[in-house]
Amino acid sequence: MQLTNRSNRILLPVKVWFVYSSLIVALGLDYVPTGRIPGIPDWVALVLAFWCIREPRVVSMGAGFFFGVLVDIGQGAAMGQHALAYVVLAYLANDLSRRVLWFPAFLQALHALPMLLAVQALMVVVRLIAGSEFPGWWYFLSSFTGVLLWVPLTYLLLLPQFQPVERDENRPI
Amino acid sequence: MTTADYKTLPVFRRSLTAKVRLLIFVAVSLAMLVADLRFRYLEELRQGLSVLTYPLQMLASQPTDFVRNASIYFATLAKVQLENAELRRNQTDVAERLLRFERLEEENTALRQLLAMAGKVKTQGVAAEVLYDAPDPFTRKVILDRGALHGVEPGLAVIDARGVVGQVTRIYPIQSEVTLLTDRDQAIPVQIERNQLRGVMFGTGHGKLELRFVLATADVRPGDRLVTSGLDGVFIPGLPVAVIETVERDTDAFARIACKPIAAVEQSTRVLVLGRQVLPPPRPQAEAAAKPGAEAQDRARRPARGRNRD
Repeated sequence: MQLTNRSNRILLPVKVWFVYSSLIVALGLDYVPTGRIPGIPDWVALVLAFWCIREPRVVSMGAGFFFGVLVDIGQGAAMGQHALAYVVLAYLANDLSRRVLWFPAFLQALHALPMLLAVQALMVVVRLIAGSEFPGWWYFLSSFTGVLLWVPLTYLLLLPQFQPVERDENRPI
Repeated sequence: MTTADYKTLPVFRRSLTAKVRLLIFVAVSLAMLVADLRFRYLEELRQGLSVLTYPLQMLASQPTDFVRNASIYFATLAKVQLENAELRRNQTDVAERLLRFERLEEENTALRQLLAMAGKVKTQGVAAEVLYDAPDPFTRKVILDRGALHGVEPGLAVIDARGVVGQVTRIYPIQSEVTLLTDRDQAIPVQIERNQLRGVMFGTGHGKLELRFVLATADVRPGDRLVTSGLDGVFIPGLPVAVIETVERDTDAFARIACKPIAAVEQSTRVLVLGRQVLPPPRPQAEAAAKPGAEAQDRARRPARGRNRD
């Protein structure tokens, strides 16, 4: 697969173990206790959205559900809250994958923003129905910081798939 | 050999479509949410699966532990000396009060014996430190550095030097989660110190508390101190909780009473987890009147501890 459809660089096929280890690392980052500082990105949502757009055959709703439950347990949130949100995120990302991959990385980030915001809004709605307090508008800042990290994250997560450029007569790209 | 023995390989992978799978996963998630939030069925599942996430959580808490230890290490000498002087001053002050307290306690025991009242409730305490705010932004909870291994149990009261901070709501092996008084779901039975009027205090979620279900005609004034009534059998009676700030009487049958917590509920870092060693006798039930003998035997067999804490 290529970096984008305009890129003429062909990437190596993805390694499934790398996808899941990156999700586990993201889970670890989500567990870092940061208190009530607003704007800490939801790493699992970010990495999950990335892989669901990039590799819809490898990562889909099952992974979203599983990692969502693990985030719920680690954060002491309501069981199923993040699971529900990540399942919807995985569905949206898988569904839009063919469209989003046409764009360069920073425009992909703009596609990811509404998805991440929708996921946060879904969690807020679920918890408000359950009778919790509204966490304040700063809560949504984490989607924006997450989106700012999209471009560096793209290159970081695709790093193992880049191959050295050896152009010759038989292999022009 | 016939070709009929060979199975044809599927050309297209057949499985449920994405929309159907989405529906299934959403249904399962919603069922989990309802089971957890409404009926609290999933605590065992949570505890079981937390074994999986525990190593990762320990690893993830290293950076914050490091920052906290570093900030302690780099505290300046002058600051420590100031603190030391302050503590020495406090020490003499407290020692004098302690002597008085011991004398009063002896006197109290003697008087209670004279009155043939039940002995004063014995307490057990676990000193703990607040590690960090719980990551869930929808609630007001903190994580303590003491857990089940140190004798913390769900339901125990958590106090700081000034008054009640909250209640232990979930325990992990070496950590525990405390729901602060200001959380929206947290309720605590209180009484007014001045006239012993009882009521139930709820968090409002904005750092304030509210005394509900007190009649508009009741004798409640701004400035009244509220202490725990101990009627729940969990909190020790007489712990300071809050001070009444405003009383609005023109709204409803009940007065709207806004209160401010006495303890530094969302700032305290050193707390004491406090529990009763002996719970008060269980409340008489409706069936007890019908079958007094059987019920009394049954009550005697059950352990008193752990009741009223679910």
